[in-house]
Amino acid sequence: MKHIVTVNKGTLADTAKTGGCGNCQASCQSACKTSCTVGNQVCEKNK
Amino acid sequence: MNDNIHLFKFKDKNILLDVESSSLHIVDDETAKILEDFDGKNDEKIIEKYGEEAKEILEELHYLINENALFAKELTVPENYRPEGIVKSLCLIIAEDCNLACKYCFAGGDYGNENHAKMPPEVAKKAVDFLLKTSPQRKNYEIDFFGGEPLLNMETLKEVTAYARAKEKEHNKNIKLTLTTNGMLLTDEVTEWLNENNISVVLSLDGRKSVHNAMRKDKGGFDTYDKILPKFKKLVNSRNGENYYLRGTYTAKNLDFTEDILSMYNEGFRILSLEPVVAKDADYAITEKDLPQIFNEYEKLVDIYIERKKTGDPFNFFHFNVDLSGGPCLHKRVSACGAGHEYYAVATNGDLYPCHQFVGKDEYKLGTIFDESVKSDIPQKFRNAHIFNKPKCQKCFAKYFCSGGCHANNVNMNGNILEPYEIGCEIQKKRLECALYLATL
Repeated sequence: MKHIVTVNKGTLADTAKTGGCGNCQASCQSACKTSCTVGNQVCEKNK
Repeated sequence: MNDNIHLFKFKDKNILLDVESSSLHIVDDETAKILEDFDGKNDEKIIEKYGEEAKEILEELHYLINENALFAKELTVPENYRPEGIVKSLCLIIAEDCNLACKYCFAGGDYGNENHAKMPPEVAKKAVDFLLKTSPQRKNYEIDFFGGEPLLNMETLKEVTAYARAKEKEHNKNIKLTLTTNGMLLTDEVTEWLNENNISVVLSLDGRKSVHNAMRKDKGGFDTYDKILPKFKKLVNSRNGENYYLRGTYTAKNLDFTEDILSMYNEGFRILSLEPVVAKDADYAITEKDLPQIFNEYEKLVDIYIERKKTGDPFNFFHFNVDLSGGPCLHKRVSACGAGHEYYAVATNGDLYPCHQFVGKDEYKLGTIFDESVKSDIPQKFRNAHIFNKPKCQKCFAKYFCSGGCHANNVNMNGNILEPYEIGCEIQKKRLECALYLATL
């Protein structure tokens, strides 16, 4: 494409079916304790 | 502009986030202009306004639409979203007591506990049992040793750590242990013990010496920076610069907080987090008028982040981490931090609360670890406080990255778990734009 560069093609909708195992870390536990940042958490499903 | 996209200029780039798919694109200036008017179907109107040259761009935009990478369908609560949370994390308030008197402490150091209670070992061990028994289906658990200052109660820390390590073997589970400390009591012996037991640490330091000392004094009113910095350095070096976060707080008194990050960096730390203070009616509280300077500061931090990366000696900044391709699932992104339904705080006497910030607030008491189960309806309330139930979040581009913010902040600032704390939102959005920009490099 000439005008658009895709950096990442998201698959959020797909995870609606495959996600929810809950093995990831609670997001408040890592470093913040005063804010909620879920977007930077790591998925633990396939580990 | 369509509500489900967020187009913003960051330095020389037009960055386009398709909110519902979390797709990220860089577009040229012509495309950015067209996106102001394009709704996915009004091609004729676009060509009329922008001329025949727009056809090529429309073709590319339609390609993205067909690929579900633009104007993706709005998401809803996943069908298999459990109606009830399964607890995976506990925050043990090892001591409702502290040896510092930080001005901005949400707990006032001791959660209002006049007796400065310490958690007895049997309560802590019972909490481990409670976790394993409540959620036997989980493989991974987390326990955070918190306070006050948890190192004021080494006896319980040692006993509960040994107990948790034995239980994880017995039940074939993983229990991640974390300890948050102000560093005052970090002796060589304690450092060795933390390393031997594979305990992650969150180390509280606010950056520059003057900034740190202004807010984080000991109970006698004395400065603490020089006392703790060598201890933190020693700890971090002893674990090869891994398994820690150096975490600070900035306030309205140090809106030039990039200097604080730099100070942390120059002292040798590379895994950093700096959070805005949450306070009202204090001279250090962040208000709306501070936001432009805060935004500039994050942009400055982006420059430094890039520069240090280029030199081959980068640092990790918690809020600039974003994993676009393999990040958390929708369930995680909508259900916030987990407080109250996947994450409980345990007070020194075994009482349960939705998180550390609610400890001591009677109306939020869930029960105790000595009961077989939590009978309060509060976990349900927190479980349902997901992004789709927060009206103000519906049109926000950051909703799948912040999940509507910290419940405690929402309650403390707005009296409503479903109403996000707006200053926090604005800062979160700016940090996300920075993170997305960095993801394009």
